[in-house]
Amino acid sequence: MRKLGISEIEDIALGAALLGAGGGGDPYVGKLVAIGAVKECGPVTLLDPEEIPDDALVVPIAMMGAPTVLSEKAIGGTEYKTLYDTVSTFYGKPIHAFMPIEAGGVNSMLPIAAAARLGLPLVDCDGMGRAFPELQMVTFTIGGGSATPMALVDEKGNSCIFRTITNKWTEELARAVTMACGGSVSVSLFSMEGAFMKQYGVKGIVTRSQRLGSAIRRVKEASDCTPEEEFLRITEGIRLFKGKICDVLREVRVGFNFGKVVLDGIGDYKGKSAYVEFQNENLTACVEGTLLATTPDLICLVDTETFLPVPTDALKYGKRVMVVGLPCYPLWRTPEGLALVGPRYFGIDTDYIPLEERCKGGNQ
Amino acid sequence: MYKLGIDVGGTNTDAVLIDENLQVAASVKQHTTEDVYGGILAAVRAVLKESGVNPSEIRQAMLGTTQCTNAIVQRKGLAPIGILRIGAPAALGIPPMVDWAEDLKTVAVDTAMVGGGFEYDGKELAPFDEEAARDFFLGLKEKNVQSVAISCVFSTVRSDHELRAAALCREVMGDGVHVSVSSEIGSMGLMERENATILNAALYHVAESFTEGFARSLRDEGITNADVYLSQNDGTLMTMEYARRYPILTIACGPTNSIRGACYLSSLKNAVVVDVGGTTTDLGVIQNGFPRESGVAVTIGGVRTNFRMPDVISIGLGGGSIVRELGDGRVTVGPDSVGYQITEKALVFGGDVCTATDIAVRLGLARLGDPSKVSHLSEEFARKALAAATELVEDSLDAMKVSSEDVDLILVGGGSIILPETLSGAKTVVKPESGGVANAIGSVISKVSGNYEKLVDYLATPREQALEEAKAEAARLAVEAGAVEESVEIIDVEDVPLQYYPGNTNRVKVKAAGDLR
Repeated sequence: MRKLGISEIEDIALGAALLGAGGGGDPYVGKLVAIGAVKECGPVTLLDPEEIPDDALVVPIAMMGAPTVLSEKAIGGTEYKTLYDTVSTFYGKPIHAFMPIEAGGVNSMLPIAAAARLGLPLVDCDGMGRAFPELQMVTFTIGGGSATPMALVDEKGNSCIFRTITNKWTEELARAVTMACGGSVSVSLFSMEGAFMKQYGVKGIVTRSQRLGSAIRRVKEASDCTPEEEFLRITEGIRLFKGKICDVLREVRVGFNFGKVVLDGIGDYKGKSAYVEFQNENLTACVEGTLLATTPDLICLVDTETFLPVPTDALKYGKRVMVVGLPCYPLWRTPEGLALVGPRYFGIDTDYIPLEERCKGGNQ
Repeated sequence: MYKLGIDVGGTNTDAVLIDENLQVAASVKQHTTEDVYGGILAAVRAVLKESGVNPSEIRQAMLGTTQCTNAIVQRKGLAPIGILRIGAPAALGIPPMVDWAEDLKTVAVDTAMVGGGFEYDGKELAPFDEEAARDFFLGLKEKNVQSVAISCVFSTVRSDHELRAAALCREVMGDGVHVSVSSEIGSMGLMERENATILNAALYHVAESFTEGFARSLRDEGITNADVYLSQNDGTLMTMEYARRYPILTIACGPTNSIRGACYLSSLKNAVVVDVGGTTTDLGVIQNGFPRESGVAVTIGGVRTNFRMPDVISIGLGGGSIVRELGDGRVTVGPDSVGYQITEKALVFGGDVCTATDIAVRLGLARLGDPSKVSHLSEEFARKALAAATELVEDSLDAMKVSSEDVDLILVGGGSIILPETLSGAKTVVKPESGGVANAIGSVISKVSGNYEKLVDYLATPREQALEEAKAEAARLAVEAGAVEESVEIIDVEDVPLQYYPGNTNRVKVKAAGDLR
């Protein structure tokens, strides 16, 4: 057990941007929502998953909708109380703690605000260990968990809770409600018992985010190695490439941002070429025609000077980036995990081979 | 008749006089003084003396200034203000200024969040709580607050609630109150737009003092026949009255003026402009004669804002940049610089610091000071230094381009002698005459603009017709603001559909600009 205050939130937000692996939405507004809540209601208690009783109700919190709408309407503040009432009434028992479902991007921040406003603890656990584009892409699906009963509330006080027969229905109903409520809503989904969370959740992810954020912030303070070496050491990342963006291809299809960014090598990689493909999040990294990393391993682009994560919507000709691979949560590497988020699910015709194996023997 | 352009930079205050055929009659550089006014006065005096022009022949005077940026960064001269946000129950989770530095937060005497605002499609989110707003304004009046910032959820889609609040504010607090309205200042993103509006409100004292200071320095030098304008950061001018209302629009007008001045001097309408000063080099892009706007949030004094800014990269390279040889034989240039002390410290001027200017003299790129004082520098060392400086600029040039195609490049600024005539990534490198005072020239040739905005139902008025009408209206407003009718061009057209309105309602926004009469 420990407390999360404003400086912890700053670091978690920065780490969450890295874990977004190019997507997940800019944590900036989310960070302000969390800071606003903590300033008003005090710091949040972060619990280790092992501190949660097996039969306690744990509820993940997130937002759904367009990031531009969130940047105007933000969060009213009463949404989380409404969510609490809706969900605890439905289950007929109190909620023990909130948790993030997606540690990458903006959804890393909103559960902190919910926990602060309700005076509930936050669990150091999520269902992805990164960001993914679709609702069912969580480790809890592997364990047979269901997104519904899912509760949705808006800032005006409207709320609903529904059960569905398939994930596709969940997406469709949630999308319709989101649009009707003005384009962004607060949601709870995959509500579960403590035992299930401990068995399938990505444990320690909030702490990892914070450590990553703090490391990025202080990367230039290292005295015994270069900032880049320090960055790779702390993130446990593998450097895949360093280059200048020479082309960005984008396409919006059925609500997702598809695209490809092409890089010309710089420094040690001069004369070489690489590309990264994405669907909201980065999916593959290919250097000189060789695949070096694929989903579900994290492929992150960071600025070569500041080491700040560069999301897919900020990719721009001329920007200099380092491509880094971070190993994904081990459960994603099982056949069940790969069926949900492996390369073939995203239409990429290749077997999943862990990043560490693909890069064995160096990649220069 | 003559036009007088003044640009107040961090190191120098430049003044330039231009005749009616837009030929430079005289240009001078003076040190910027602590109070700014002194530097302007000295520059005006010097440019009049050099040109011999009679002050009464000056009909237009334009000023570009960094006063607002400095006030925010140094937290100096900011006025106490009230902040009203309309939009409850939305956005209550983030009160205004939630992530601001404590010392800057003190500008707010009082803050309120009241009911109102809109959805993304223009539907009303909540009715405007006029009573709560009135009570808030009454409270501010009692505390003798003179300036108010008003923001509203989705006011970029519909500004009705903001405008009603502004009218109410004047009704309660009197016509003398300064009202800053977010939809007139920022774009999408409530927090950043509100931040820019708060800064604008807090700058009203600063704006009053520099507009008055400028007017006074002109009067003191006998320039009494001139219309007086201030440069905005989009390359157009505003009147003194407008500048007092929107002081924040002066921020970053310096780079904008350099870009526009370079454009004018080179007659190029699409190019990358490289402005080399004493300490830094700014790179900007000119698109169809206007600076390209930055697409990302801009941080001023630690505050994240989103109002329009020119897209500029600054690098630590200038005429005074210090050149060093490292242990391993590599040579670095900058980012530190001897700055305005270059005339004492550079080798060619008898000093003991090797600067980028010394390298240029050693390699014969420029003739300055005493070349014999740099003859001891080895050619290899000098070539390495030039290569380092060139690479810095080439890398940034690449970052400003939108594709790998080579671009035209315009090289201006007092320090531009330190760069070679060819740069990789550049199709051509143009070094215009008078490039040293491109910024002051940019302020003189700035245009005046007219903005028009209206909600139109495309079912009642077809889109083509509606846009044509809006363009004509914007052009008329530009002429009214002082533009020559034949020179007016439409520089921005935007229409946003509002789904929940009857029919096919769109918000149409047009900006026109033309040369000053």
